[in-house]
Amino acid sequence: MSEKKRPERVEYTKEMNKAGYTILIPSMAPIHFAMLRYIFRSSGYNLEVLENQGPEVVQEGLKYVHNDTCYPALLVIGQMLDALHSGKYDLQKTALMITQTGGGCRASNYIFLLRKALRKAGMAHIPVISLNLSGLEKNSGFTLSLGMIRKLVACVVYGDAMMQLFNQVRPYECAQGAAQKVVDQWTEVICKQFDAGKGISIGQMRENLSGIAAAFAAVPVKKRPRVRVGVVGEIYVKYASLGNNNLEDFLRSQGCEYMVPGIMGFAMFKVDNRLEDIKLYGGNPAKYAVCTVLMKYLTAMERELIAAIRKYPQFVPPSAYQHTKSLVKGVIGYGSKMGEGWLLTAEMMELAELGYGNVVCTQPFGCLPNHINGKGMIRRIKEIYPSANIVPIDYDPSATRVNQENRIKLMLAVAREELAKETGEAPAAEEAEEKETVTL
Amino acid sequence: MLKIGLDVGSTTIKCVVLDEGDNILFSDYQRHYSQITGKTGELLRQVRDQVLEGRPASLTISGSAGMGMAQSCGIPFVQEVYATRVAAGRLAPGTDAVIELGGEDAKLLFLTDGLEVRMNGSCAGGTGAFIDQMATLLKVTPADLDRMAGEAQRTYTIASRCGVFAKTDIQPLLNQGAKKEDVAASIFGAVVNQTIAGLAQGRRIQGKVLYLGGPLTFLPRLRESFDRTLGLTGLCPENSLYYVALGAAWCGEGEAQISESIEKLAAYRGQGEYAVIPPLFESREDHRAFTQRHWRHAVPCGRLEDETGPVYIGIDAGSTTVKTVVTDQRGGMLYSKYQQNSGNPIPLIREFLRELYELRPDIHIAAGAVTGYGEEIIRSAFGVDHGIVETVAHFTAAKQFMPEVDFVIDIGGQDIKCFKIKNGAIDNIFLNEACSSGCGSFLQTFAEALGYSIQDFANLGLFAKRPVDLGSRCTVFMNSSVKQAQKDGASVEDISAGLSISVVKNALYKVIRAADPSELGRHIVVQGGTFYNDAVLRAFEQELGVEVVRPNIAGLMGAYGAALYAIQSDALSGRDRDPNRRSGILGPKEIQDFHHKVQGVNCGLCPNNCRLTVNTFSGGRRYISGNRCERPVTHREADDSLNLYQWKLQKLQSYAPVPGPRGKIGLPMGLNIFELLPFWHTFFTRLGFEVVTSPLSDRDLYLLGQHTIPSDTVCFPAKLMHGHVETLISRGIKSVFYPCMSYNLDEDLGDNHYNCPVVAYYPEVIRSNMPEAREVTFITDYVGLHQRRHFPRKMAEILAQYYDGITLREIKEASDAAYREYEEYLAAVRAQGEEIIRLAREAGKRIIVLAGRPYHADPEVNHGIDKLIISLGAAVVTEDAVSGHMQKFPVGVLNQWTYHSRLYAAARYIATQPDMNLVQLVSFGCGVDAITTDEVRDILEEEHRIYTQIKIDEITNLGAVKIRLRSLFAAIDQQQAEAKREELSHV
Repeated sequence: MSEKKRPERVEYTKEMNKAGYTILIPSMAPIHFAMLRYIFRSSGYNLEVLENQGPEVVQEGLKYVHNDTCYPALLVIGQMLDALHSGKYDLQKTALMITQTGGGCRASNYIFLLRKALRKAGMAHIPVISLNLSGLEKNSGFTLSLGMIRKLVACVVYGDAMMQLFNQVRPYECAQGAAQKVVDQWTEVICKQFDAGKGISIGQMRENLSGIAAAFAAVPVKKRPRVRVGVVGEIYVKYASLGNNNLEDFLRSQGCEYMVPGIMGFAMFKVDNRLEDIKLYGGNPAKYAVCTVLMKYLTAMERELIAAIRKYPQFVPPSAYQHTKSLVKGVIGYGSKMGEGWLLTAEMMELAELGYGNVVCTQPFGCLPNHINGKGMIRRIKEIYPSANIVPIDYDPSATRVNQENRIKLMLAVAREELAKETGEAPAAEEAEEKETVTL
Repeated sequence: MLKIGLDVGSTTIKCVVLDEGDNILFSDYQRHYSQITGKTGELLRQVRDQVLEGRPASLTISGSAGMGMAQSCGIPFVQEVYATRVAAGRLAPGTDAVIELGGEDAKLLFLTDGLEVRMNGSCAGGTGAFIDQMATLLKVTPADLDRMAGEAQRTYTIASRCGVFAKTDIQPLLNQGAKKEDVAASIFGAVVNQTIAGLAQGRRIQGKVLYLGGPLTFLPRLRESFDRTLGLTGLCPENSLYYVALGAAWCGEGEAQISESIEKLAAYRGQGEYAVIPPLFESREDHRAFTQRHWRHAVPCGRLEDETGPVYIGIDAGSTTVKTVVTDQRGGMLYSKYQQNSGNPIPLIREFLRELYELRPDIHIAAGAVTGYGEEIIRSAFGVDHGIVETVAHFTAAKQFMPEVDFVIDIGGQDIKCFKIKNGAIDNIFLNEACSSGCGSFLQTFAEALGYSIQDFANLGLFAKRPVDLGSRCTVFMNSSVKQAQKDGASVEDISAGLSISVVKNALYKVIRAADPSELGRHIVVQGGTFYNDAVLRAFEQELGVEVVRPNIAGLMGAYGAALYAIQSDALSGRDRDPNRRSGILGPKEIQDFHHKVQGVNCGLCPNNCRLTVNTFSGGRRYISGNRCERPVTHREADDSLNLYQWKLQKLQSYAPVPGPRGKIGLPMGLNIFELLPFWHTFFTRLGFEVVTSPLSDRDLYLLGQHTIPSDTVCFPAKLMHGHVETLISRGIKSVFYPCMSYNLDEDLGDNHYNCPVVAYYPEVIRSNMPEAREVTFITDYVGLHQRRHFPRKMAEILAQYYDGITLREIKEASDAAYREYEEYLAAVRAQGEEIIRLAREAGKRIIVLAGRPYHADPEVNHGIDKLIISLGAAVVTEDAVSGHMQKFPVGVLNQWTYHSRLYAAARYIATQPDMNLVQLVSFGCGVDAITTDEVRDILEEEHRIYTQIKIDEITNLGAVKIRLRSLFAAIDQQQAEAKREELSHV
């Protein structure tokens, strides 16, 4: 059942911000979001990244969101309402923040679903701030300054670098926790630089990135053959452990090394879409010029990121966006832009090319763009990379973890067989010492 | 060293022991009834003591239910599909494909030409569990089912996605008298289709095929069914049950410490960590007080033997049970009967009447009414006076117990019906859509699986200390959750309580979608057999925080309501003043001589050629079912003059091919092409192409393309596109035009004008998954009709890739004509809509805006719902016929899809038109409609209008849809009568 009245949107005002409102944002990629929190806090916003998990989150989501809506919406909104209901926050001094992309996928409706849920829960007074770069909704109490935007972009670059290297070092580290330590140390260093207004120019980034790469390269490792798995999918389910039933922990427990393509590619994809739109259908040349400049800026950042990692032959640097893009030429059109669009297909191919061709393709159950870009393209990808070993996994409140893990295990069994053929050595299987991370 | 392989599946456990020469020393196959660790331990002990006799052996576990256990007990595990592959490699070299059906899994392995292994996704349709469910529904064993399938003469189309969908198809077939043999064969056909549609994903199953697993081993007709559809003869090899276990055995390495493993298994009780919810009752006293409170709501009773006046009969021929009551003329209960319905309600009603006449040969029946799935057939078979829709029956009964009732919830065998009552009329109806989780049969399934009767099982939960939080989900998934909970140490009591609570949560949050109990109102009557279950009743009250009324005849309310209806109807018409009034129900003599014959025939009156089931009863009365229209019954042409869906179809079909110098170009009629046909037809005809469209969809067309569908959860209209493109290609079309379109035309009704991702990009899926599409010129370029100025130039670039010599000038002219034609088409739709509305108003008919997407006009997609509405006496128009009346207005969501903006506009417009009502068609799996349905409902409810939603999929049966529509009409009637009465009282 639904509400009868449709009130005006509650704005997040200057006064609210002055009064020290807590702004809650759902968590996604932990390394990135630790920095994100810092950027907001140092810019005068009392941001808190939600980490609450557990069955209550899903229950709240099921209760307040249409159950056929995609799983990320259900989780994110469930997580927020669970937090609001927890008693931890003063409901008269709390606001919510959520990203809004504005694409043709239903994901652009999350913010409206969140407001509906708040109304249903009798908390319609809580302001919801849209975090977007398209000027979709304005709030007098919150503005993304140019400084913040630059820091956020830098945060994506640093976050991607650390995430990539962490994932490549951690499975082989001699001392458990060594890779995590590098992440923690560098996160602190970078946040301090952000405070001082540093760490955002290309030069400073180059310096930081090579520092990060060097720190990871210095972690003592013991190499042994491990199945290399790539993870792609709908952006939330791909990164958020809440969304994918702790997929990364599971893969680690199975003795795998995994690669999850970074957020930078997605950011560039979103900008590039505007260019592609104009190329395909015609449109405003001024807009084209602006986006081209933005694209150049991001490409320059990406170049630094790749260069820093490439210095160390033991690491696999991510492919350049333009290269990844070139892989899908003739496979799927660049006009397929909703959700993760052609990028999802391209990432699977990129992973196959980089030696991570055992792929878990994650999506919320019934994810519309992934019918096309994920499941719809697997057959084609396998024609091009016959060794690609892809398993699509659906996530929703009723999919059980046992089922999901069983399917992934099938993919891994085939992968281990192939790896054993290549190396003549039995690859790492399930790891007893890390079993505590798996709660079956 | 010996090798032990264990395959712990979802329902069975299989074990083999191999010697050094790979001979099978021991094998065992048994159901484990969810006692997984216990049975495994038992088996191992048996193997150790009787087979090994001190010899060393390796041990490997496989199977979906064995994974967690193996991990916790440190026993090597191998994934079951992988194990199958290992076994097939050894035992049947040269095998091309393996089809393995298990309890809850279906697997398909391609071994040659690129290894591929597939398992069913998050849906368990088409597996052993499904076959078991269907056998239970027919009240036979799976083996009987197989035998019966061998005697079939014809098959019906049964949705195969999931047991629930299939039930929706099967139950009415049975109720309408279809032969069980034919249904059995149809069930196997459904399994085959599900396996192919769900798993083949664009790859043809061919060559040497192995059939493995329980169902395929035990059911030879199922194998035949696969053979027939695949066009080959598959092999069910020796040891077909043990392939996984054998594969596991062969994966074994190193000596296992069997005794240690047995001990570990014995000690393995799970972590005891599962989510817990508060108990239902703290104490026995609580329960006593609770029971006493509820037994207060009892119906007055008399004795049939003593009754001298006229009596009334109420019949509820439900999907799984048949309920009958006899009342006196004041509604006092004299006699009742509750029978399980094994598919055909006719003998049950005959039995009831015979018993009644035996008890009281002199009985004076004044009138009777029948409701439920079997309403129509019972009415014609026995001459029952009234037939009423279930919702009305239940409401009538509920009012008797609580005159001020404002919410009724009925949980039956596989239906949940809820309705809100406002001003004495049904204001809003909620039915469970194609999902039976949370119904009576759901609890029953679990009770039986765990070896209890439903009653005992439910009572176990009353005093459970730590009920398991199972959430609310599909029966099959619930199975896994229950198993998980068991592994984690939950007791049967805790599980029973958890399931009862899950039933309630499902009803509240999935069917009613309530966030707050206050939304349901203060006066709630609960009914249906499921509420006899105190655990469910208690959970319901706890979840809502209100005390509700459960009548002592909760399970008979439909029948009781029907009897009351007959009484009230007599009172209204004044017929009750006639002491000699007699019901048309067959008398003692006629019941004695009653006979019933069933015949299956093909209609043949129109190209649909429906398969009809003709029931002939004694006295020559006939009842025909299986028809999509009234023609075989009334022998009259269906009147389409007030049906805009039909008009649209005819209009679109009038765009006939015009031979042209540039040859033929094919357009698949669905998704983004459907409504744009006037545009593209004009465009290409002007350019000198002969535009050939694919025909209207039908079952055969769907089957033609189903093996290339990569994602089994995509919507049905998208799945049909495979058939459309295949059909065009099979007809020799060498160029197919099916463009990608991120954007649709901007109608200025929303903030943007996207297509949904599936409508936008489905051509990419066809191109990548249909090998035949690569043999022709398949044009899937991205086209932007919204950029009218840029369109000709962009289109020239696109066409230049495929054709020489088409000038920009030509294209400009063609596109101008095309845009014009499209505008004219839309205008014609609106004009015809206006005309239908005018005619309907003149004739005093109701107007239904059947709102969906343009491609819902395809009869295979809408299953003839438009005609059904017409047959119920209303006029049908489309959303786009009225959306043009509105300007853009603010809505509570991001209004960014062209087709969906029309829905919001149509809803807003209808809210101002008292004689119009909106029925929304929603495709199963349409993610976007999760958003639009709530918003359309909000828009209508703001103006206190009734919202009706119909979910459509492959399901072809219209029974449930009819209930919805009739309930809607009954509600509108009541509201209007209420309004009139108020008006009069003001005067």
